[in-house]
Amino acid sequence: MTSITDLITYIFLFASLNFEVFLLITYFENRLEIEKENAWVSLGVKKYPTVTIIVPCWNEEKTVSKTIHSLLSLDYPKNKLKIMIVNDGSTDNTWQNIQKFKNNPQVEMHSKENGGKHTALNFGLSRLKTDLVGCLDADSYVHKDALKNIVVYFQDKETMTVTPSVKLWKPKGPLQLLQKVEYSFGIFTRKMFHYMHAVYITPGPFSIFRREVFEKLGGYEHAHNTEDIEIALRMQKSGYKIAHAHNAMVYTVPPSTLPKLLKQRIRWSYGFIKNATDYKNMFFNRKYGNLGVFILPMAAISIISVLTIASISVFNLGHMFFNEYIRLQTVGLNLHWPFANFDWFYINTKLIAFVGIVTTIGTISMILISKRMSEGKWDVGMDLIYFLVLYMFIAPLWIGKAVFNALFLVKASWR
Amino acid sequence: MVQNISSKKYLYSFIITVIIFGTAIYLSNYFGQKKLAEIRSIQDKIAIDILSSETQFSLLEDSLCKDVGVGSLSTELGNLENKLTYTENERGANDSEVQTLKRYYSLLEIKDYLLMNRISEKCKKTPLSIIYFYSTDDSCPDCQREGYVLTRLRETYPELRIYSFDYNLDVSAVKTLISIKKVKNQLPAIVIKDRAYYGFQSIEDLEKAIPELQILKAQTASSTTATSTKK
Repeated sequence: MTSITDLITYIFLFASLNFEVFLLITYFENRLEIEKENAWVSLGVKKYPTVTIIVPCWNEEKTVSKTIHSLLSLDYPKNKLKIMIVNDGSTDNTWQNIQKFKNNPQVEMHSKENGGKHTALNFGLSRLKTDLVGCLDADSYVHKDALKNIVVYFQDKETMTVTPSVKLWKPKGPLQLLQKVEYSFGIFTRKMFHYMHAVYITPGPFSIFRREVFEKLGGYEHAHNTEDIEIALRMQKSGYKIAHAHNAMVYTVPPSTLPKLLKQRIRWSYGFIKNATDYKNMFFNRKYGNLGVFILPMAAISIISVLTIASISVFNLGHMFFNEYIRLQTVGLNLHWPFANFDWFYINTKLIAFVGIVTTIGTISMILISKRMSEGKWDVGMDLIYFLVLYMFIAPLWIGKAVFNALFLVKASWR
Repeated sequence: MVQNISSKKYLYSFIITVIIFGTAIYLSNYFGQKKLAEIRSIQDKIAIDILSSETQFSLLEDSLCKDVGVGSLSTELGNLENKLTYTENERGANDSEVQTLKRYYSLLEIKDYLLMNRISEKCKKTPLSIIYFYSTDDSCPDCQREGYVLTRLRETYPELRIYSFDYNLDVSAVKTLISIKKVKNQLPAIVIKDRAYYGFQSIEDLEKAIPELQILKAQTASSTTATSTKK
């Protein structure tokens, strides 16, 4: 029994270590490129393209004003930037709250019946007159330089979409701090995917598209509530280039409680699984480059490996605690200083210990590189500790539930 | 549009991963072998200890007890037992190295047991020993708990010699011991002064079965007080 679980663990550890090594090689290959990009972005553009930002809102009375204020404070020529608020049938005071912007020439407002985020976005797209278009969820805020930095990337005629770096708005408490690490890790991986031409998510907050993307490929789809994964896969399938602007910052309000976080993540993971199924012919297809042969398959494998390794770890931990409980029950507590009889003999020297250490070091270095990339400094705080200690126990919860939903819920609804 | 796939990078990352894994396997084996070597060296030390005591014993056949006391028995058995159990958990009970080490360990235990009995007989002291039979398979759910009890007992009474044997171990000397002591295959089984006890025995049960332990406890307590008063 032990050897089979060990073997499975090793195979998955090998796969994830290989992925880490691949990302790190990509980083070292493009290290100077990142510096060059920073310099390039700081030069700015000569001619600013016209941009519309659609703000779909459904019951966002608390955050919507702040979102719009952040858009209005963008460092971007006012005559080139339009803000289109689409009220998707809110039942709270969202519509009343945004009336204060009605005299602002930059702001345009519409109200429609509730139909879901993708319908609100399509509503906005149908009224589009600008070169570029993006969306900002009403729970997110932009850094004033974000748009200015993004449009630089559109100087490359082939680039059809530019994704921003999403960070958290004032994270506090263990749950939000661990997400902070996850997001900065996301900035790193997305930048590496950028160099591999393999970005497969254009995050809801502030990804900016050329108008022709929607003219040629059609509008947003429901896409299992993750239209931002679907549109990216659709673009990749058509060979459109997606770039990542690591120095364009967008802030999003993180879920504050575990149930809210789980709900959000189950939606994401479920959306990925379902969209990946819809686009399954991209998998292992050389036509789609690194995305097809490596990134998508790895994303799928990581779902299985997270679940397997988590189950094995939980089982082992449970076993250990059970044994300790039995010992305590049988012979009671024997307090002695644990290092008094220290003997190197009892240090774990199994293969898994060494591989685990290397994988962890790899993860920590990538997190540090991400922090350096997104914050310009190396900084180690409690967030890293929360991430390393808690993430492996929380992530399997939503991945497991999403897999369960994807496998069984559809069938259940047929009956 | 067919995109560029950097085959070289895939190859490099694969090779680097293989090297890391290879190094990890090498290190793990290296330390695994080191641990086995340490166990072997403890076993050798015990073998020498036993041989030395036996020889001393034969040489001084008629001499006084104080020359060859129970104190001349090896003190490493407990340490060896712990390390062997740890290794068995780490490498699995079916590992051939573990099996060999266990056989050797069982023989050392029997020799130590016989020697201790001879010394005790000569010195007219009651031998303080427990023989414990266990099994590593699922047939003995209580063996784990009994193991905890005996470990604790060994920590509390270092003078008490505990000999543990895998009931199913394929060593003829162990089988002979089982038949001499008439131990039935009802595990865990504990033999104290030629009487067999079956099923789980708590610390209190065992302390009751060996009343000498109470005296030992009192002695240890008084000696600790004595030393602490000296300070």
